[in-house]
Parts: sequence; C-alpha cells; structure tokens
Amino acid sequence: MRTVPITARITMPASARKGEVVPVRVLVRHAMERAANAPGVAPTPRRILHTFRVTYGEEEVFRMDLSPGITANPYVEFTTVAAESGTLVFEWHEDGGAIYRREAPLVVT
Amino acid sequence: MGRFSRRAVLSLPPTFGVAAGARAQTPAQAVLTQAQSDESFADAERAILAGRLPVAGGVVLDLPPLSENGNSVDLTVTAESPMTGEDHVTTIHILSEKNPFPRVATFHLTPRSGRAEVSTRVRLATSQTLVALAETSRGAVHRVSKDVIVILGACVETG
Repeated sequence: MRTVPITARITMPASARKGEVVPVRVLVRHAMERAANAPGVAPTPRRILHTFRVTYGEEEVFRMDLSPGITANPYVEFTTVAAESGTLVFEWHEDGGAIYRREAPLVVT
Repeated sequence: MGRFSRRAVLSLPPTFGVAAGARAQTPAQAVLTQAQSDESFADAERAILAGRLPVAGGVVLDLPPLSENGNSVDLTVTAESPMTGEDHVTTIHILSEKNPFPRVATFHLTPRSGRAEVSTRVRLATSQTLVALAETSRGAVHRVSKDVIVILGACVETG
C-alpha cells in the first residue's frame, strides 16, 4: 500500500462555529477509466477510484462507493457537523491498491 | 466546407457522403464493447431493499430532465431526516436502469453529516430512469425515481 498526494481541489470554510453544518466540495483529477474490450486489441483494464473516504478527528464522517458510472475528474459535495478543531483527511482508493490522500484543517470556534 | 456552397455539395452523387461516413468509423470503434455488470438493475434494487417495501417520497433526486451530453450530468440527492443518533440516513444509493453498471454510486452518511444531502456528477448511457434509495437507521427505505432524456450518451455500443 502506497499513499501518494493527488491533484484535488477541496472547497470548505477554514473555520466554523461548533455545531454548524459545513459544506465540503471536492474535485479530484482522475481519468476514471472504464474497462473496454475489442477483438484483436489488448483489453483496457478498469482503473477508477472506487472508494472515497473522509475522516474527521480519526472518525469516518463520509464514504462514497464510486462506479465506472461516475464522471472523469469526480466531483462530490457533502456536509459535516463542525465538532472540534481538527483535520479532515480525504482518501481515494484506486483499482490496483493505490491510496491517495489529502488533508484540510478546520478551526472550530 | 471551404469554397463549396451547400447547394453544390448536396448536388454531388450520394456515394460521396457514404464513403466519408464509412471512413470515419474504424474497425476498432465498430466492435468496441464495454465491460458490463453481472447484476441487472432489478437485481441491484432487490438486493438493497432486502425484502423491505420502499416508501415513496422523503427523498428528492434533482437533476436536469434533459441532458445534451451524458458524459457529465450533475445530480443532487436530498433526504428528509433529522440526522440524529437514533434517526438518520445511513446510506444513499443511486441506481441507473440502462447504464452498464446499475449501481452508479453509494454514499454512507452518519449523524455527523448534519444533513442528508449529497451531489456528484454521473455518466448516463442513454435516456432512462434513475432511482435514488435512502436507507435510514430505523430500517426504512425511501425511494424516488426520475426519467431523464440524454441526447448524446456516454457509452460506446455495449453488448
């Protein structure tokens, strides 16, 4: 298992009041290649991000199972309740076992 | 078209157009098939419901009724829920009737989500019905379906 950074745009407020519902928008750069097959041509294996997982203060707050039916450069928007100052860790699991990780801090007042 | 007027092109023998059309389609494109799920749309929905009867409503699937291009269609699912420890939405499923893979996306939520609202962008193979299912911690399943028209699908020929 290797963990590597990935090009992603994470849009969320830097600070929030305790108990506030915080919107989080995440756009990640990935081709989301679907498996395809043609006689006489080497088949293209599937290579997508199949799981997107978000932890906040060591606890999982959001998880998404992706399929080949999700667009290239997957976009997702969800919400989380501001509990305590901490770090949101965003993890993408790719076919083949690679895990990509990004972090974003949230200050709770 | 350059220096040809539309009238001049239309007056050309029909074989001109046929030849151009045949050239555009390479053999590889003509027989390309995409991997397909072993699970059908009906099987996927039955597996998620696991014998429970879905309740119509309580969940809203918001996406444009008509999409020019199926490669990127923005959708939002919102479920009515207090999102407390004892009563919250645990899972939201998006199912597609005619995509090669019926299970498009599954979202797992917790009371720490605050709201049962998620958005993403999906690929749609063709005009079809989309279904959103929201499972709650109390064991209920809320269901909504929506018909969408897709002008240009996201998939090459399947099957």
